Amino acid sequence: MARGNGLVREGRLSIKWQAYLLMLPAVSLIVVLFGGGLLLALLQSLGVIGLLSQGRPTLAAYQAALDNPEFLRSLALSLYIATIATGLSTILSVGLALLLRTAGRWASFACQITLPIPHLVGVVGMLLLLSPSGMLSRILYVLGWIQSDQDFPLLVNDAANLGVLLNFLWKEIPFMTLIFLAILRGIDPAYEMQARALGASPWRCFWDVTLPMLKSGILSSSLIVFGFIFGSFEVPFLLGSTRPRTLPVLVYRAFTDTDLSRRPEAVALGLILSVISILISVAYLRITSDSRSRPSSQLSL
Amino acid sequence: MTSTLRNPLIILIIGALFLPFLPLLVWSLAQGWFFPQLVPKQWTLQHWKQVFSAVSRVGEGMIQSGVIALATTGLSLLVGLPAGRALGIMEFPGKAGLKLVLLMRIIVSPLATLMGIQFLLIRLGLSGTLLGVILVHLMPTIPYMTLVLASVFANFETGYETQARSLGASPFQVFSQVTLPLIAPGVIVGSLFAFLISWNEFLLTFFVGDGQVFTLPMVLFTLLQGGNQGLSAAVAITSILPGLVFLLLSSRALQNDAALGGLGNV
Repeated sequence: MARGNGLVREGRLSIKWQAYLLMLPAVSLIVVLFGGGLLLALLQSLGVIGLLSQGRPTLAAYQAALDNPEFLRSLALSLYIATIATGLSTILSVGLALLLRTAGRWASFACQITLPIPHLVGVVGMLLLLSPSGMLSRILYVLGWIQSDQDFPLLVNDAANLGVLLNFLWKEIPFMTLIFLAILRGIDPAYEMQARALGASPWRCFWDVTLPMLKSGILSSSLIVFGFIFGSFEVPFLLGSTRPRTLPVLVYRAFTDTDLSRRPEAVALGLILSVISILISVAYLRITSDSRSRPSSQLSL
Repeated sequence: MTSTLRNPLIILIIGALFLPFLPLLVWSLAQGWFFPQLVPKQWTLQHWKQVFSAVSRVGEGMIQSGVIALATTGLSLLVGLPAGRALGIMEFPGKAGLKLVLLMRIIVSPLATLMGIQFLLIRLGLSGTLLGVILVHLMPTIPYMTLVLASVFANFETGYETQARSLGASPFQVFSQVTLPLIAPGVIVGSLFAFLISWNEFLLTFFVGDGQVFTLPMVLFTLLQGGNQGLSAAVAITSILPGLVFLLLSSRALQNDAALGGLGNV
């Protein structure tokens, strides 16, 4: 199929080795940086290397990390935020993509507005919009719905992390919608027209025809979004609840603690965080491997 | 859905998406904007003057962010092009595994890795240098770049290259006059993603920059903890602009479904 001539003279190398050669710079950079970093982190967490290292491996840092009474609550909070935000983003993005599918290009473009916005900028905007003295609160006051800023529901640094969820929805819906729209445009409308012509209701047509074709896109983009939110730091740090805090915020706190002996604990926590997200994605890829391989071959985007 | 219902709904959604920008804009021009004023009593350009003054370090942050983002994008493109080609048009054992390595890097939190890398960079004398920051920024940008390019290469017809070669074109001519124009949308979308990821990155810079590398997100983070709303708003708006310009310039490539499909089919 692919001959790839011109890259390696006279085709002396087989395609297999050509491919490995082409992949080498990218993969080795990732493996050296990411894998090397993980390995050094592991050695640090075991106390083999580091500022206060004794030279002998010890599991004390893991003990300290797991003994931290906040650990389990932080893990639950991180999972809660990532699951709710990813689930809602996915459902709303499918809806928005279907809505935009038949609208003009202007609409799709306007809905991409939050795509290039830094998370930190989104956080500033959300703080000034949602805080008790923020713009929404002022509007409700002028309308006479609330009597003072005390009456406005707490949306930032609140226990339910509503501000964090809103910020992630605001940022991730346009990202997912963009991907779904690209897939929808690649779908031959004849399938859906046929289903409708054969008497399927609009709902039936969506459920049995459109959704299966979107499936692989939904599964991969939701995994990317989940992983990102699960590991994100600045949004929960600035907008989230103060106790418990998400796992990445817990890691940051331990790492920047003036007590340097907490460093190995921070690194151990970070590694536990990585292992959890690896386990979740492997499980997710396993569970969905069936439905991922089938429709993608049809679409082959 | 009928279009009479559809268009107002879309406009409502777009309005909601634009909503957080409104207080940013007002705050950046307001002189003290206290609850419950809906509109500030006094307007000022003072925050914007501060943005352009050296004291706020915004200019410095802009230059450092720009250098890092451009270098990161360039390097990711350099290694992403061959890797995307291999993933897109060749079949080889271990392909799925290599793709999984790239995907894992996108999904798994970089926190632990960062603490490991920081340990090494300090010993190499690279902690707190632009080079160190650029190196770690490559971790999130290379996978995105490679996956986008792989998806564009999957629709690429290598026959054009063979033809050009047989007509006597040099390998460089083939690349610049045949290959590049055909994969341009992927190059633009991949570069857009890489640039935005690097430009917006906070955590990676924070860990490796060691307080010495002061990118725009670092400026904004410091300001936010100081609680100066007017200046924070002005800096926030300033840091949106380059990404927005890049987005507008690449709006045509963003309509290329193959380039984006790469992220929906990993």
